[in-house]
Amino acid sequence: MNARATLLDLRRVSQVYWSGGRSFTAIQNIDLHLEEGEFLALLGPSGCGKSTLLRIITGLQAPTSGRVLYRGEPLTGVNPHATIVFQTFALFPWLTVLENVEVALKARGVPAKLRASRALDLLDRVGLDGFETAYPRELSGGMRQKVGFARAMAVEPELLCLDEPFSALDVLSAESLRGELLELWTGGNIPTRAILLVTHNIEEAVLLADRIVVMDKDPGRVITDFRVDYPQPRQRKDPRFLDLVDRVYMILAGHTQPEHLELGTAPGEPGRTRALPHINIDDLAGLMEHLDAMPGNRADIYALARELTMSSDHLLQLIEAAEILGFATVAQGDITLTGLGETFAEASIPARKEIFATRLRRVPIVRWLLSLLQAADRRQLEWDVVQKALELEFHEEEAERQLETVISWGRYAEMLTYDDSREIIYLEPGAAVSAPR
Amino acid sequence: MTTEGGAGRTPYLFRLAQPLLRPLSAADLVVVALLGVLLWAGVRLGAAVPEILQASEISLAPGVLPYYAALSCGRMLAAYLLSLTFSLIYGTLAAKHQLAEKILLPLLDVLQSVPILSFLPVALLTFSAFLPLAVAVELAAIFLIFTSQAWNLTFAWYQSLRTIPRDLEEASTVFRFPAWLRFKHLELPFAAISLIWNSMMSWAGGWFFLMAAEMFSAGQRDFRLPGLGSYLQEAANQGSVASLVWGLGTMVGIIVLLDQLVWRPLLAWAEKFKLQMVESEHPPTSWFYDVLRGSFLLGVVWQRLFQPVLARLDLLLLRWFGAPAVQPAPGVPRPWLRRAAAGLGMVLLGLGLWETSRFLWQVSGSQWLAILMGLGATLLRVAAALVIALAWTIPLGVLIGTQPRLAALLQPLVQVVASIPATALFPVVLLLFLKFPGGLNLAAVLLMLLGTQWYLLFNVIAGASAIPRDLQYTSALLGQGRLDRWRTLILPAIFPYVITGGITASGGAWNASIVAEYVQFGGRSLATTGLGAIISQATAAGDYPLLLAATLCMILAVASINRLFWRRLYRLAEERYRLD
Repeated sequence: MNARATLLDLRRVSQVYWSGGRSFTAIQNIDLHLEEGEFLALLGPSGCGKSTLLRIITGLQAPTSGRVLYRGEPLTGVNPHATIVFQTFALFPWLTVLENVEVALKARGVPAKLRASRALDLLDRVGLDGFETAYPRELSGGMRQKVGFARAMAVEPELLCLDEPFSALDVLSAESLRGELLELWTGGNIPTRAILLVTHNIEEAVLLADRIVVMDKDPGRVITDFRVDYPQPRQRKDPRFLDLVDRVYMILAGHTQPEHLELGTAPGEPGRTRALPHINIDDLAGLMEHLDAMPGNRADIYALARELTMSSDHLLQLIEAAEILGFATVAQGDITLTGLGETFAEASIPARKEIFATRLRRVPIVRWLLSLLQAADRRQLEWDVVQKALELEFHEEEAERQLETVISWGRYAEMLTYDDSREIIYLEPGAAVSAPR
Repeated sequence: MTTEGGAGRTPYLFRLAQPLLRPLSAADLVVVALLGVLLWAGVRLGAAVPEILQASEISLAPGVLPYYAALSCGRMLAAYLLSLTFSLIYGTLAAKHQLAEKILLPLLDVLQSVPILSFLPVALLTFSAFLPLAVAVELAAIFLIFTSQAWNLTFAWYQSLRTIPRDLEEASTVFRFPAWLRFKHLELPFAAISLIWNSMMSWAGGWFFLMAAEMFSAGQRDFRLPGLGSYLQEAANQGSVASLVWGLGTMVGIIVLLDQLVWRPLLAWAEKFKLQMVESEHPPTSWFYDVLRGSFLLGVVWQRLFQPVLARLDLLLLRWFGAPAVQPAPGVPRPWLRRAAAGLGMVLLGLGLWETSRFLWQVSGSQWLAILMGLGATLLRVAAALVIALAWTIPLGVLIGTQPRLAALLQPLVQVVASIPATALFPVVLLLFLKFPGGLNLAAVLLMLLGTQWYLLFNVIAGASAIPRDLQYTSALLGQGRLDRWRTLILPAIFPYVITGGITASGGAWNASIVAEYVQFGGRSLATTGLGAIISQATAAGDYPLLLAATLCMILAVASINRLFWRRLYRLAEERYRLD
């Protein structure tokens, strides 16, 4: 297929949200091309704006700036040539399987007689014959998503957008559905010209896509765009496959920056405040212990994900926390425990808390909150007050999440307590703040 | 709809659309002013109505009861259809247009605190100013019932529209559903269950006011309508116990029939509109629904007759409302047009306010004092009714709610008893109580109690049955004493439900004060101190400035109590005592 037509063309697309007089960039200056015949995977950690991008591409949402061209024409309103398969299936629970597919045809004005036969044919193709009169709640997750695919196919979209379609399914259903999707796509008996898959599952992207666009957050942007030169059918055990997945892990994990860059600045100071990953300290401790038991206290991140059967998203967030706290460093897709991390992993619970507390004091957002509390009357502050202050750096939801994280980490370190019924944050006695260095 | 939690395993109980309790705003003042002007205009229009009106005679022969019952049901149905139409339009406007939302929500909020009964004379006078008396009285009754049915339905619809899951909303947009399809396959099904429960509520409330509307007379103007309500009142007036029994029996019969033949089947049918992707453990069942579904003959009629007609209708509606439902663009009417309209509105409102305040000027200082005293007295009565209601509904509700077998047994009974309008029982209550000194005072509290305790009972049952089993077991394993268990488990768990019930109950009690504190009985009229009595007396005496003043005071009182008292408790309940 030479000289393939461009289907979709995004030019410097940005999405900015305003809240409380400040703006927050969800995605920034994204350029993206999609040609006929391509299966593109949009990969990135949660919060990188990939779902926002999908909404912009399908016309559910207009970008703040930039141009969205579909077949060279600027997109206005909902894109009539695109459709979405949703993560949550988005089936109407009060309609039967058949009616769920039919209603999409009805919306396109297909006459009643044609509707039923076409819907039946599609259900047949995804292997759901016999279930036409069932209601979605009677089906398993995998079967529900098959209805989702059949409904999307019904409108014969040129561009099929998949919004994490397999992430709500169990492992086996997801794998078989991926196979069936590939069969439909490579078999060429659907009118779809291109597929756009949004996912945070690295293996899934490498397994399915011809091209992978990797995004990163703060602000959401494209960091790599590469072609997967590995013909279908792909095998999960094939060294080429493993190699590609490893490469993507390397891109996403990045490498540890010098401390001042890794930590960022405190809220209110110039420079970017580093958002803390929303993780549980016990999970982090578990990861440290696991690494401590590895030869050389080092592991390949991808191998680690497989060993721990963790989602890449969750693992990468834990690793980010380890980097911020100085417990581990990342380079070339490998994670290595630092001396401090080793001590942490081997320490008793009180000693762990002490080490953790020492490191936590260095994190600017924590230091900032501690000094606020120290200056405050009776060393206590209302949640809302702190959140409002954080909203100068983050949008509302993120500010809330950040505060939750800081409080949960601070509680582990026995620096803070929080009274949920009165929504007040207290400084633990004895948790004085060292002078900022 | 705070009682929704745990609906899967609880017996089906009322689920109310909760008013959004917002802080007091400038919009509220505008709304109250607007209502004042409206009332004044209605009274002015009514000045032309003849001083003496004689309504048709009410027969007490048991043979007329089916006819009377049919008349009453017809009024209810007409008002209900009107309410539903109003709710769909009003709720849609409020949910889909930002500008409209800013005006419509505060308006709705205040409208709910309006003492409906004091609007009756105004509505009657207004309608009879330009319509034949018979028609005007019918319309006024229907309008009164409408005002008691519409608000919670509107809130239910509005809240459903605002809480449609994002993925379904997006799917409808991506698949480019035309407006009709969106309404039929997304909005209406999603709202169905809440609409049905609120319709049941509306009917129960409607009966209460229908009874009052049918028995209405203002001074020499007798507006009684033939119907169940007027039958009961006439029976009480004449002291005919046999007729009272006949009338009440008919009332109960109708309520049971409606429950069995309409509401239960509807609920069983609506089970498929549940959003949960799991089958619920105890879906509502209905023998009548099963019969309907199992009937071969009905199946044939349905397939041959109704389905083709419905398909045609569907096609027609699809053609009419076939344009893809566009997301409402931020509407920017031309600024000068908007300003001019707003200016004109302000001028009219100002003129109206001027006239209204001149009207209110006629209210003397001693009358204002009486209003204030009445306000205090009625407040005490409402509080008493609430305390009594709490005292018996909490223990009984918890007992029923924590024992599913008892709940299954008692619940249908409780629902039927609850649906009997307190106003229908009021003549009977009066017959019993007026013999005692201070009898009217007691009777008034009792009527308020009769009208409001059920909301509380239902909510307590719902709350108690939503207490998770594991918590109950833990409490038992810990060997907690009865007192400790109530303090740490039961009371916190039912708190949000009690508040939800309390808000509705308190509103209802204020409304009931108008019929409870002043009665015309057996040819004499009796009154006790209270705001409701002042409103009724002013109506009877044709003292419209006083009526207006007292009504406005009641609106302000109820709205303030909601904002200042209930809103705080409600927020506390939302934030601290949620079990999910």
